Formats: sequence, C-alpha cells, structure tokens
Amino acid sequence: MAKLFAVVIVLIAIASAVPIVMHMWPMPQDISVHGHLIDEQFADTMLEAGISFLASQILLAYFIWRFSSPAPGDKIKSFPGGAMGLVLAAFLLVGTEVLALGFFGTKAWASVYFTPPAADAVTVQAQAGQFAFYFRYPGPDGTFGPIHPDQVSEANANFFGIDATHDQDSKDDIVTAELAIPVNKEVHLLMHSKDVGHSFYVPELRVQQDFVPGLDVSVHFTATKIGRYEIVCTQLCGLGHYNMKAYLEVKSQEDYDAWIKQQAALQ
Amino acid sequence: MPGSSSRRHCSNHVAPDAFVRGAFARFVQTKHLFGVSAMHDMSAHAVGHGAPTSFIRKHVFSIDHKVIGKQYYALALVAAVVGMFLSWLMRIHLGWGSFAIPGLHLLSSSGAPGDVMTPEYYLQLMTMHGTIMVFFVLTTAPFAAFGNFFLPIQTGAEDMPFPHFNMMSFWVTFVAFMVMVAAFFVPDGPSLGGWTQYAPLSAIGAVGGPGQGWGVVFWATSIGIFCIGQLLGSLNFITTTLDMRCKGMSLMRLPISAWGWFITSVMGLTAFAVLMPACILLILDHLAGTSFFVPTGLVIGDHVLPHSGGSTLLWQHLFWFFGHPEVYIAIVPGMGIVSHVLITNMRRPMLSHRVLIYSMAALAVLSYMVYGHHMFVSGMNPVSSLAFSFPTLVITIPSTIIVLIWLGSLYGSKLRINSASLFSLGFVSMFISGGVSGFFLAQPSLDIMLHATYFVVGHFHLVMGVAAMFGIFAGTYFWFPKMTGRMMNETLGKAHFILSFIGAYCIFMPFHYLGIAGNVRRYQAFTDDYLIPLVPVHKFITVAALVTGFAQLIFIYNLIYSRFKGPHAPNDNPWQGTSLEWSTATPPPHNNFGATMPVVYHDPYQYSVEGAAADYIMQTSTEKVHSPDEEK
Repeated sequence: MAKLFAVVIVLIAIASAVPIVMHMWPMPQDISVHGHLIDEQFADTMLEAGISFLASQILLAYFIWRFSSPAPGDKIKSFPGGAMGLVLAAFLLVGTEVLALGFFGTKAWASVYFTPPAADAVTVQAQAGQFAFYFRYPGPDGTFGPIHPDQVSEANANFFGIDATHDQDSKDDIVTAELAIPVNKEVHLLMHSKDVGHSFYVPELRVQQDFVPGLDVSVHFTATKIGRYEIVCTQLCGLGHYNMKAYLEVKSQEDYDAWIKQQAALQ
Repeated sequence: MPGSSSRRHCSNHVAPDAFVRGAFARFVQTKHLFGVSAMHDMSAHAVGHGAPTSFIRKHVFSIDHKVIGKQYYALALVAAVVGMFLSWLMRIHLGWGSFAIPGLHLLSSSGAPGDVMTPEYYLQLMTMHGTIMVFFVLTTAPFAAFGNFFLPIQTGAEDMPFPHFNMMSFWVTFVAFMVMVAAFFVPDGPSLGGWTQYAPLSAIGAVGGPGQGWGVVFWATSIGIFCIGQLLGSLNFITTTLDMRCKGMSLMRLPISAWGWFITSVMGLTAFAVLMPACILLILDHLAGTSFFVPTGLVIGDHVLPHSGGSTLLWQHLFWFFGHPEVYIAIVPGMGIVSHVLITNMRRPMLSHRVLIYSMAALAVLSYMVYGHHMFVSGMNPVSSLAFSFPTLVITIPSTIIVLIWLGSLYGSKLRINSASLFSLGFVSMFISGGVSGFFLAQPSLDIMLHATYFVVGHFHLVMGVAAMFGIFAGTYFWFPKMTGRMMNETLGKAHFILSFIGAYCIFMPFHYLGIAGNVRRYQAFTDDYLIPLVPVHKFITVAALVTGFAQLIFIYNLIYSRFKGPHAPNDNPWQGTSLEWSTATPPPHNNFGATMPVVYHDPYQYSVEGAAADYIMQTSTEKVHSPDEEK
C-alpha cells in the first residue's frame, strides 16, 4: 500500500505539471501594454511554485517508499541538519525567494494602479447594473453630465439617469452598450455601479476591477491589438451574473472616430 | 464573565479538582445572575457533575465534553453529507446544464421546474454548499468535535471548566444549523449571495434577487447564532488548556493536537467576535431599516432604494477580518491532529516540537494581518493591497517550516501504514499542493488575472477543504477505538483513502488550469465565447466529483458498521501511543481517568528511546530513561 501510494503521488505530481509545462492551458493572449509584466511575473511564480510543488511531493513519495517497511533492527535516524537546518532553509530559500518575487511583482501592480492616466487619455464612463454594462462617452465638450439616480429608466433607455433638458454637460453625452476604444491609446475608465457589486474583467487586457456601489473607482489601460474581446462580470451580482457581459471593441483611430460620429448621430 | 479572574494559583502542581470546584462555583454564581437555578450536584464530585443517569442528560443535554464532542461529530457528518449532496447537484448542472435530476423539484418546485435547476437556484445551492461546508463541517469537525472529546483528556482534565457553556455551545450550533437548513423552505429559498454575502447584494432585501430577503435573514441569523456557539466553545478550550492541566503537564508537554486546538480557540474567540456583530448589522439592514452596508442612490428596477449612507467595503473588511482567520481555524486543528497521528505512526517525535508549535502560532498571528488579500481588486486603496500582500507572502515561511518539519521527520522514521497515517500523509500532500497556489494569489499583480476565477476555488478547496477533510478522516480512523471501543475496518479505510486521494486531485487540479484560462467562478453556465471550449473539462470534473463522492459512502458505511458491529479494541492503546488519551480506559469513564488523576512525567512523544523497555514511553510512565529529546 505504501509503495502504491508513493507511486500515485509521483504520477499525480507529474500529471499536474504536464498541462503547465506543455502550455495546454496558456493564459489568454495579451493585448495590453502592461500585460507582459503580469505574464512575466506569472511565469516566474509558476517556476518557483512548480519547483516547490514537484520537489516536496516527490520527496514525500520517496520518504513514504523508503521508510514504510523498516527492518526489525532499524534505528530512527535524524534528518541531517535537524529542525534548525530546515527552519533556516525555509527562511533563506523559500522566504527570501517568495518575498523577492512579491517585491518585484509590485512593478506590474504599480504600472496599473500607481501611475496616473495620461493627460490625453480617452475617458469613458462605465456603468454596471443587474445584468448589463453600459458605457458613456463625454462628447465634444469632454465632460460628463451628473448621474441622477431618480432619472434612471430602463424603459426609456436612460441607463445613466441623464437629465439632458437641464444639464448642459449631458447634452452631447453618448451612451452605448459596447466599449469601443482606439488602439494604442490610453483609456481612462471611470467605474460606477448602479445597484450592487459588479466587476470589469477582460482577461486579454489583463484588467480586473470591481465596481463598488457608492464609490466611484477608475482604472486605465492601453490596448495594443485591434479586435473584439469579451468583458465579463466576476463579482456575484445576482441570478443573471453568469450572463452579464459586454464587448470590448479595439478599433483603429479612424474606425474609432467614425464609430463615435455614428453613435453620436444615434443619440 | 465567569472565570475571567486571575487563576495564577492553579499551576500544574495544584490538584485540578480543587480548581474545578472553584471555577464551577463561580460559574454557578453567574448562573444566578441569569436567574437560572443552581446545579444540584455541584459539590458532589470532583468534576463538578456526577455521571448522569437519565437518557436525556446522558445523550441529549449532556454536559460531558466527550458526549458533546460526539454530538459535534454527528452534526458535522450530517452537514458534510448535505454539503456534498449540494456539490453533486451543482457539478451535474455545470457539466450538463439541461439534465433533469430526478426528484429535484421536490426540493424546490420553483427552483427546479421539471427537475432542471434555474440559474438562481444554482446560486442558492452554491451559497448553501459553501456556508454549510465552511461553518458546519470544517469549523465543527476538526475543532469542536475532536477538540471537545480529546482536549480535556490530553491535558489531563476531568472536564472543561464550564460544562454548561459547553453544552450550550453545541445546542446553539445545532439551532444554527436548523435555521440554515430552514432557509431551503422559505418561499423564495435560501440566499444566492455566496458564502461571503457581499453587500449591498446581501443587504438590500428581496429586490436583489430570489432568496435575498428572508433567505439572507435566515443566513445571518444562523451564522450569528453559530458565532455564539464558537465563542462559548473557544472560551472553554482556552481555559481548559491554561488552567486545567494535570500535575506535571507543562504547556510544552501538551501534545501537538492540543496545541492546535488551543491556538485555534484563540483565533475563534477573536474572529467570531467580529463576524457576529457584522451579522447583526446585516439583519438590522433588513429588518430595522438601517443602512450599514448600503450606500446612497442605488437603483433597482428604476426605483431608487430608500437606503443611504452605508459602506459596501465595510462588510468586506468585517467579513474577511473573520474570514481569513477562519481559514486557519479550519486547518490548524487538522495540522495538530495530523502531526499527532504521524508521530504515533512514525514511532518518533517531530524534529522539533517547539518549532512546530511556534509556526502554528505564527500562522494564527499573521492570519489577522493578511485578510486584505481577498480584496485586492475590491476598490480598496491600491497601496493597502501591497500592505496586505507582504504579510501574505511572509506566511509562506511558517507554512514551509511546518511542511519541512513533517518531511524531515518522515526521513529515517519507522513509518506504519494504516488508514490514519495514510490520510495524514495525504493531508501533507494536499497542503503542499494547495499552498503553492498561494504564491500566486498573494501577489496583487497576479490577482488581477486570477481573482474570482476557478484558480481561487481550486486553491481553497485543496488547502482548506480537502486537507481539513483529510485531517478529520485521519482523526476518525485514529481515535475511533478510543471514542467507541471498537475498531474501524482497515481494508475499507485504505480503499476510501486511495479513491479520495486520486479523486480529490482529479477534481481540484483542473480547477487551476481553468482559472489560468480565465474561467470565472460562480457561473451557472459558460456562455462566453472563451469559456465554451472549457466545458469538457467541467464534464470531467463532474464525473470525478461523483465518483469521489460515492467513495465517501465507503467511509460512512465503515463508520456506522464499525460503531455497532466492529471488533472490540484489543486494549486501551491499540496504536501504542504515549499521550494521556491512551492511558485511560476505552471508552474513557465519565470523569476521564477514573479514581486517580494522571500525573505526567514525560514529554508527549517519547518514541524509540534508547534503553527503554518498549519503543514508546507513555506520558504517565514512571520509567526513568535518559532521552536526548526530553525538554529540560
């Protein structure tokens, strides 16, 4: 039984490592400027976690194999170096490595959260509600009109609670159901929740940020590949959570300009 | 509070019975304060209560910690079966969404019309699965069940200092479970908000979705009551460990399992004390019109909600301040149990008893400083994410020390293979596998990709779900003879082990790959373009979950059959253990040790000592042998 168990451990360890080593489950393609920092950090962490995982599982299996059928005269042996050696190993090898990894990983975090958006970034407001995303572009005046919760009306397609008759800033605002952005240009997304918690997750963009009701948060990113990507909700928001999605359309600058004009005409 | 006065006089050299009488007298005085009648038999016996004679006092409203421990075990077993059944329903739905599960409409005609689950019913079952498993299985079984039964025995006490609080602790937990299960039968069913119950979805009432009205009120009431039970239990565990040790039992002579329960009870006392007020505030938001967790200006169905001024993140902070220590509340007793079982089966002490204890204590302390890693993308200040990331990475160090001590102690041991030791070794393997994925989730930059994906689900199921379950199984196979006087079937135990071990990996390893591919959790169906190719993996996981689930029936059969028909334990110490539970009768008498209280002369784990008469020296043995391991 002990030897069977040891073999099973080794087989499971190898079978677990195969999909990673063979890239059977790669991360989705990266279409962002900051994403490569996350991906490199992920690869480094995977290397360290993988070595720790394989080494300790195989050691466990070997010790079970080796020490489970002692001969009658066998004496207890102590691990070379004893407990202190292992404590030192934990501090020096694992501790320092993991901490160093975390330290260098802050670069990727800082690139997303600690740098302010560029002055010429395209500003878009995103609103999440049960169970749809809506987006608002400020129009030629570059400012958003205020949100009036009491004016929100699904029936009249007034998703943002815009009062266009009284608010000058709202008159030229453009509301859409998909998020179109120009390629290679920074986008500053202002995030507003209409009702409960939601999240903005585009795996290809390496961006995930919660919508926090009562608190307006923002995130900024630059997409580098033209295409159509899914925006999904990752914060449990009710029965339609699984189906809450929108599309991110990364367009060339010309296509984007044309699209904005076309949307403005539809308002 | 009873027993809060200083009891410095009660060192391990004071006869415990004198102390127990004192503690009990204080307890009785408190009962007068509450207007409850005094115990009639308080001074009749050293233990403060005589052996009960009526069926009700013996088996139902018992104040004997051993009976309470078994009651907790039975409750956890029922809860585990319910939780596992719910996971089957969820897995079938995830693999084959349109499959009609025969009879499901009987559970809820609106939730499963035509026996096919609705999206909301999936979330409701998921919420109940998580809640029942975390609270009523992982918290009660390794901590409250085994801890209640064995902590007083391992410390050499006759009972816990507050036996009535102990009885209350179980029955309060029982009521909490009943309230939780009752949520299945309220009109629109249990809450769909997940076991974390994030506000404001949990606080705005029925407009939020099915089950968000009474379902949440039942949920919060149940968990609030559950907290009371855990607070009472923790109080008893702490006082038992600090004040009730028998003569010669210094703190460092306590077995590692007792240390596990003690450290856990300290965490329980502080963590559940935060969750309980959070639940009360949540209930007030529902029933009293308050707005603790609901901000101004939320709109649902074109209506502005009447709430104003609350904070969404407040709930997350309160919940995770409890929630992260809770992870260690689930796993630290398992570490203690598994170390205890391994030592007995390796016929040697761990490389260092102290280092293991200090590392477990370090986990407990750090567990309060890391909770923000659940909130990296929550909208919390991004600087605090880094502040929470650092201690999370530091927690790798005590965890690694614990694993290395286990591995290093295995080296050169005389390992005995039986069901208990197999599950302990399986625990080690699971803890490693679940632990390394923590390297990723501890880093905010990687959490951007992995947050709320199946990677997280795989991580916590391995490290606290499966590992803690393996700890429960190891404890069951190991202590069954002492608890019941009978032996469990080893062949069935080994079959149960190997199926569970392979099965658990088949279920939870693929979760990590799904998460890396961006598979979001808490989805009842995968309709997104990039998720559709992952559906075959979900089918594989479903099959693995069903097979592994059926393997658990072997355990339940073994448990029940052995309880009534198993062979009698050959003697009081079938595994040749050293700690106090093995020096008393099987099953232990009402006051644990019979006429004479034990006196301890040795460290807990004197195995394979050169020149000793046998390969183990019991803690109560008066044999004088020089042992290099003996603490000075």
